[in-house]
Amino acid sequence: MPADSTQIHNIGYRHYDGPRLGRAYATRSLFSQSLRGAYGLGRSAKSKVLPMILFGVMCAPALIMVAVAVATKANDLPIDYTRYAIVLQAVISLYLAAQAPQTVSRDLRFQTVPLYFSRPIDRVDYVRAKFAALSSALFILTAAPLIVLYVGALLAKLDFADQTKGFAQGLVSVALLSVLFSGIALVISAVTPRRGFGIAAVIAVLTISYGAVSTVQAIAHEQGSSEAISWLGLFSPITLIDGLQTAFLGATSAFPGKEGPSAGAGVVYVVVVLALIAGSYAALLRRYRKAGL
Amino acid sequence: MTVIATESLSKRYPRVTALDRLSMDIGPGVTGLVGANGAGKSTLIKILLGLSPATEGRAAVLGLDVATSGGEIRERVGYMPEHDCLPPDVSATEFVVHMARMSGLPPAAARERTADTLRHVGLYEERYRPIGGYSTGMKQRVKLAQALVHDPQLVFLDEPTNGLDPVGRDEMLALIRRVHTDFGISVLVTSHLLGELERTCDHVVVVDGGKLLRSSSTTDFTQTTTTLAVEVTDSDEHPDGTGALRKALHGLGVDTQDDGGGLPGAGHTVLLEAAGEETYDLVRDVVADLGLGLVRMEQRRHHIAEVFRTKDAESTEDETAETAADGAQGRAASERAAAWAANTAKTATTAAAEQTGGGSDAR
Ligand SMILES: Nc1ncnc2c1ncn2[C@@H]1O[C@H](COP(=O)(O)OP(=O)(O)OP(=O)(O)O)[C@@H](O)[C@H]1O
Ligand SMILES: [Mg+2]
Repeated sequence: MPADSTQIHNIGYRHYDGPRLGRAYATRSLFSQSLRGAYGLGRSAKSKVLPMILFGVMCAPALIMVAVAVATKANDLPIDYTRYAIVLQAVISLYLAAQAPQTVSRDLRFQTVPLYFSRPIDRVDYVRAKFAALSSALFILTAAPLIVLYVGALLAKLDFADQTKGFAQGLVSVALLSVLFSGIALVISAVTPRRGFGIAAVIAVLTISYGAVSTVQAIAHEQGSSEAISWLGLFSPITLIDGLQTAFLGATSAFPGKEGPSAGAGVVYVVVVLALIAGSYAALLRRYRKAGL
Repeated sequence: MTVIATESLSKRYPRVTALDRLSMDIGPGVTGLVGANGAGKSTLIKILLGLSPATEGRAAVLGLDVATSGGEIRERVGYMPEHDCLPPDVSATEFVVHMARMSGLPPAAARERTADTLRHVGLYEERYRPIGGYSTGMKQRVKLAQALVHDPQLVFLDEPTNGLDPVGRDEMLALIRRVHTDFGISVLVTSHLLGELERTCDHVVVVDGGKLLRSSSTTDFTQTTTTLAVEVTDSDEHPDGTGALRKALHGLGVDTQDDGGGLPGAGHTVLLEAAGEETYDLVRDVVADLGLGLVRMEQRRHHIAEVFRTKDAESTEDETAETAADGAQGRAASERAAAWAANTAKTATTAAAEQTGGGSDAR
């Protein structure tokens, strides 16, 4: 009998007797794959370009500030740890607009979701893995420049206790920011799976809400109603973080006239932030209830 | 052993009843689930995967209740959806490795099994290229590979021949057959073409409008109704070879028929019922004794569709689900017959070649 190609290659089927690590392992694998994917790792060279550039842009100002502080023997950093992400919010929005759709829309657009759910993991595992992955990616983006600042501050021999406290407050702030922003961006991306639409929608929601809030705040500032300014901050993600850190994390508000919320109003900020995070999670779970079925 | 069992299983959507009191038992092997568009095939698979709750009734897969043990079932089964499900910008290898890990395989095992599985489904060098550039046939193979990569005990293949040309279709069906015979994995495969599952499946379940129309072993009826078509050459001794063969067979007490199809050359074909291997031997010997050339001897299988049609006409209300046990017997018989036919065909061509001195006109 002539040996045709299938026989040359056919060395027989082998069964798999090794371990099957189950749901938790699969969820962790999905998390790490998504986290790496958020920086283009394990994907094409092209998909690494944007996240890496944005990472560089995010860290560059911190490096410059540190260099200046060390060179001029300054006795303080030119920026608060808590302020850094607020100032560079445009970079954060761009990063999310590019990577949130990448994280969830591809699976929806290419109908890969049913393949995940035909395996041991369920939608709760899937949503948690994706949410955690994008939050971690964003935390890496926002915490890295703070680490640069902190290391620089120590090299410049600035007050250790002061710097450590500021750094810790900054980390708490960007951690909250990362979870809040990721949740919002993931929900938007999950309901707009079409190519390009998710990117536009994320940019629009983040920048338009900020633009509207700061415009109205500016008007309120003109009219001298400082009370209104602090409540208006509840209506956009970045001003929520600003208000929260002003009330509890020793930050100076970026609101007009530095009119951040008092500790009382700050509680409302915390509640709203937590409600938005929980709401995003619930909305994502809902989104995947019928996915592919 | 029962692989899939359902009991009065129903699924009702607000406007349609997708499954209507479906009760059946499916044993190991390749089972075809046949039905028209909207018959409820995909709905049944989703219920069996524990992804969609049944409205009524019960179902068990590999002895596990779908309502309570979905996770355990999904660890042991594979699923190939009917729709596209592949991201175009990654390679087959990357994709299948990822899916293997999603099934719980450790990283090294996932890579090893991926390489093995892609080879088994017939993807070689192309597996390193992005899936976006694959043909439909290659994509179907990747979809099959991701369903097999974790070495499941059972796979659900939802319309795996969708979009394939006749050759691709045959290759896919042969591959599905191998999934059971070579890999030892039971298969539930859906199609809306009754005919194409005939040769692939051990057992066929027909659903229509969510109702079980029939569940029986394929070989059951294709075997019992096998007709043998024989064509012979003429010789100087027997100017009418066909007539001589007919006469000789009659002499031995074997009934023959004309090919009533009215096709060209129909008068030269002798039809007889094949009772078993003896019939093949008998025909071969008779032809040899007469000194005729055997042009052709083949099984004429009835199309499953016809069989169902006639059987359904006889007993429309007969919705009993037979067990797969008798299917296994039938299969053994049919495999024997097929092997035999292959042998005989070889003998036949040799014989024909001898008789006609060259055999260029022997088919
Ligand atoms: N999520 C759903 N909501 C409402 N109706 C549904 C839903 N899913 C399926 N159906 C309906 O249930 C019936 C069975 O659908 P199903 O997809 O199981 O059929 P099928 O046999 O797989 O058909 P096809 O050959 O087209 O794939 C159809 O009438 C379909 O419209
Ligand atoms: Mg279907």
